[in-house]
Amino acid sequence: MIDMTVVELSRWQFAATAMYHFIFVPLTLGLSMLMAVMESVYVMTGREIWRKATIFWGTLFGVNFAMGVATGIVMEFQFGMNWSYYSHYVGDVFGAPLAIEGLMAFFLEATFVGLFFFGWDRMSKVGHLVVTWLVALGTNFSALWILIANGWMQNPVGSKFNPDTMRMEVTDFMAVLFNSVAQAKFVHTVSAGYVCGAVFIFAISAFYLARGKHVEIAKRSMVVAASFGLAGALSVVVLGDESGYVATEHQKMKIAALEASYHTEEAPAPWTVIAIPGADGGEPSFSIQVPWVGGLITTRSLDEELEGIEELTLHAQTRIRSGMIAYDALQEIRADGTNQAARAVFDEHWADLGYGLLLKKYREDVGNATDEEIAMAAEDTVPDVWPLFWTFRIMMGLGFFFIAFFAFWFWKASTGKLDSNKNLLWLSFFLLPTPWIAIESGWFIAEFGRQPWVVEGVLPTFYAASTLNFWDLVISLTFFTLLYTVLFIIMIMLMVKIVKAGPKDYTFADSPDADDFVVAALPATPATKELGS
Amino acid sequence: MSTIPLDYETLRLIWWLLLGVLLIGFAIMGGRDLGVGALLPFAARTDDERRVLLNVVGPTWEGNQVWLVLGGGAIFAAFPPLYAVSFSGFYLAMIVILLALILRPVGFKFRGKIADARWRATWDWALFIGGAVPSLIFGVAVGNVILGAPFHFDDTMRAFYTGNFFMLLMPFALLCGLVSLGMLVTQGASVIVGRTDGLLAERARTIGIWAGLGTIVLFALGGVWVAFGIDGHVITSTVDPNAPINPLAKTVELVRGGWLSNYGAYPWMIAAPVIGFAGLALAVLGLNARWKLIPLLATSAGIFGIISTAGLSLFPFLLPSSTVPQAGLTLWDASSSHMTLFIMLLVTAFFLPIIILYTGYVFRVMRGPVTSTSLNKNPNAY
Repeated sequence: MIDMTVVELSRWQFAATAMYHFIFVPLTLGLSMLMAVMESVYVMTGREIWRKATIFWGTLFGVNFAMGVATGIVMEFQFGMNWSYYSHYVGDVFGAPLAIEGLMAFFLEATFVGLFFFGWDRMSKVGHLVVTWLVALGTNFSALWILIANGWMQNPVGSKFNPDTMRMEVTDFMAVLFNSVAQAKFVHTVSAGYVCGAVFIFAISAFYLARGKHVEIAKRSMVVAASFGLAGALSVVVLGDESGYVATEHQKMKIAALEASYHTEEAPAPWTVIAIPGADGGEPSFSIQVPWVGGLITTRSLDEELEGIEELTLHAQTRIRSGMIAYDALQEIRADGTNQAARAVFDEHWADLGYGLLLKKYREDVGNATDEEIAMAAEDTVPDVWPLFWTFRIMMGLGFFFIAFFAFWFWKASTGKLDSNKNLLWLSFFLLPTPWIAIESGWFIAEFGRQPWVVEGVLPTFYAASTLNFWDLVISLTFFTLLYTVLFIIMIMLMVKIVKAGPKDYTFADSPDADDFVVAALPATPATKELGS
Repeated sequence: MSTIPLDYETLRLIWWLLLGVLLIGFAIMGGRDLGVGALLPFAARTDDERRVLLNVVGPTWEGNQVWLVLGGGAIFAAFPPLYAVSFSGFYLAMIVILLALILRPVGFKFRGKIADARWRATWDWALFIGGAVPSLIFGVAVGNVILGAPFHFDDTMRAFYTGNFFMLLMPFALLCGLVSLGMLVTQGASVIVGRTDGLLAERARTIGIWAGLGTIVLFALGGVWVAFGIDGHVITSTVDPNAPINPLAKTVELVRGGWLSNYGAYPWMIAAPVIGFAGLALAVLGLNARWKLIPLLATSAGIFGIISTAGLSLFPFLLPSSTVPQAGLTLWDASSSHMTLFIMLLVTAFFLPIIILYTGYVFRVMRGPVTSTSLNKNPNAY
């Protein structure tokens, strides 16, 4: 049987390393675009201050980018390391977008990021601008392919299980590519990245303005960040709603959990603003609801029903029974590849094979499961309702807040009164962590809400892990946690140092004694001459 | 599948070659930076010297590392069972590689940000670990592939690995690790000699000569060991190279020295070890003669020869199993589906030439010697 402790620890490790990696990704997405915008203004107007701004934000971008690269390679290798049955089972479909991400996006981004930093005095103005845009383009392409891969885990289109090879195989690559979930997720995720970058630049600029430092760069950065942030925030909410809508087609259970809707609501369903779980931690004992809105958000109609958790669980039972038939047919095909009768049965029921595998938690011979086991496996298809319910409301609340925040500052910038109220500037600075709260909540909803599946309806998470032992996981989790914590503290420390020092007059080739803090050569004292030797 | 213009067998062979191209690409390109990292505390003594070294590879190392990322992605996409078995089987070794690789981007970026001797010395050693440890372990992993890894499958194709981390450290595998470290250090030394002057170049030159000579001797020793001390795997059943994957469909026999049988069947393959030896020998000569460009090109050829030797000797195996030889993975029974291989070939054929073009452009822009005075002009220098 499968070692559930190893599965749990593997899930913790993946969650921790993925959420940690995604601290840096959205900032890379946002800053790379904002830098490209600022440098475009520099090239068009020829005003030196825009180059100064680009280089300054670029320095912070660089520290963040290094952390993203460092933690990104872990993500790519972890599928094989901790989820080897997953890698075998879906590698034929899932591996391709990951490899294409490398070919089309990460190579572009990583090759030109060096030129962005080192190419200022070696290239023409326009040449360097093209490089900056290529870095921004690379980061966005990268998000596209990763979300095509993730979108397939949420909505596994364009593929079929092959009983001869015991895995999912591609039948229609275009369907994988143009997966509606992947497209919606891509726009939602990159927009969230733009908001993140905009809040980052805006908050630090507000800090400068509140203290009356670097005023010229701060004001210009705030104008760019407010307009870019407003566009991003509108897009993230409008198209975030889109990903809720799309989810109802394929992931009704996730939506039901997000809305804590235990029973099917008559159309049009209300939207629950807040609710308090009942004594058993399940159905709400108290809730505040707005009529009609739930139906509009999730089904885009006033006459379609929003199915509840209990009804969906019953539906899962049906699919599990069908999955048991598929599983038995598969065993017969594996024993005798020429058994055409078994193949005919399998072809009819293969789409429910994943539901049959849910029973592997309870017994090896899935085909003989009892009614109680089937009922338990069907209960397993319900994700934990309340963590999802609350994180969804946090994310949504912040989404609307960002629209109001940037709309307000956009208005202040248009009327030229950015620095009229110091308290508001300080408040804006302290709002710096909010995009990360929204973004990490979003990923929590997407991934935790998909449980018990690693690939929706196809492969249960517990069935996908590697056959590692407990100590393998203890060792890897311990070292990742230690190293990641130390690096995070150092990164924050360096960013604070860079922000405190502020933008300088970067001169490159013109002057031999440019900026003295970033490059700061050590004095050639006897102590340093023989460093470390 | 009649719409796919290339047959399954051809595509599997092409992807086996492409995997070789990507891994050799990483060893040659990423090897520059790993080698320089491994040399950092020894070839460069003062802070100025170390900054020169870091800035020689700094502008291009991130792009070079993508060859590794792409290699990993290509194994996942083109040979999923290989990716599943090797990455989970060598779990703790992979963790060590990852922890070491994590130190590199942050080491490059963070080191220069604070002008403090202890701070910088700490990152210098972090960068040394980030260069030397992966170079060594990649070789140890190849050694274990040649020895065969202890794994098998159940009837659902779930892989079980029955070894542990310390079993990876067998003498032959360690020898392979040293070959890998040696050739990448030679590569790093050749880069330093090509791009710097003075004491720094002289120290790198000396280390490079010895590393190159050591690699030649160890590579030869490895060949003798494979011939007389190690069982090669030979498939004794007929193989249908167009069949759906099923590693358990074949029978395998162990033969002492069997990994050399391909050289009897296809004598042209001897070119690979010859290029390996000749490349490194020329690199040593070039370093000795203080040539600037030849050592780098020659070491790159040597790396190509050495990795090709390992790949060709194993053919058609990708990862033999030491405990259940029948379960060993070959390119015929561990690939992706016909359609996935074809789509991925189209994508690769389109993007790989573009990647090579723009990488060439970036190297051209960043060409030229690096000196400590040139560094102080750039706020982003390391």
